Amino acid sequence: MTFRKYLVLACVTLCASIGDSLLAHGMKQVGNVSLHDLPTVILAVTNPSVALGIVLLLGFFASYTTALSWADLTYVLPATSLGYVLLTLIAKFYLHENVTTTRWMGVLLISAGVGFVTQGPELTHHGEKHDGPVKSETISAGARR
Amino acid sequence: MKQFYTWAAILVIVLASTSGDVLLARAMKQVGDVGKLWRERGLLAVVGRMLGNPFFLLGVLAMTLAFYSLLFGLSWGDVSLIAPASASLTFVANAIAARLFLHEKVDHRRWLAALCVAGGVALLAA
Repeated sequence: MTFRKYLVLACVTLCASIGDSLLAHGMKQVGNVSLHDLPTVILAVTNPSVALGIVLLLGFFASYTTALSWADLTYVLPATSLGYVLLTLIAKFYLHENVTTTRWMGVLLISAGVGFVTQGPELTHHGEKHDGPVKSETISAGARR
Repeated sequence: MKQFYTWAAILVIVLASTSGDVLLARAMKQVGDVGKLWRERGLLAVVGRMLGNPFFLLGVLAMTLAFYSLLFGLSWGDVSLIAPASASLTFVANAIAARLFLHEKVDHRRWLAALCVAGGVALLAA
């Protein structure tokens, strides 16, 4: 893994969690919406928090698709899940929601999961066909270089 | 009734997100390393390859459905329930779907990571 790749994963993490929080904040201001009131749903994007949330989620999408171009889905998703830790911190300190001990345990478990997956290779190499079924093995960026 | 709508939204988010993730992952593997492609052929080539890939367009469609389900869900429930609960189930669904449809090697390390993250996210929703 290069520094540039870690930077892309950090972008995925930050844009997703901050974007989600802004959307939540904005949608609370917009109020309850239903399928019978589609104009309200469409007009919700004019709320500044919702609009900024959408911009950040576009940033998330760009960095996420970039990461998927050189890493497995089952690597990218756990590796970028630190965003939920950040989301908990935002919920606690910005949205002033109650964060219990159980939730802090969840934060620890997520951090452990991120630790596990980032210690391993990021891409499955689909080898050439032999007599048997296609053999897949994971290779690291270093091995590919 | 509010609980029912919230969990119905979570179910739709999980199904749509997993479909979107798998379709996008397949599309981006066909597109190739975006950074390398950008340096060699420019941004337009990257955008052209992505938009010309049917899996990418289907993936965007599925993610749009997931996004609007999230918007509806967030207007009914707490972000600290909707986001972690849907994400928790999506991690497990994605690990299964990636193994089945993308033929990724989901070894014990990745299963452990997916389950840790899914469990951790579930605890966040508790």
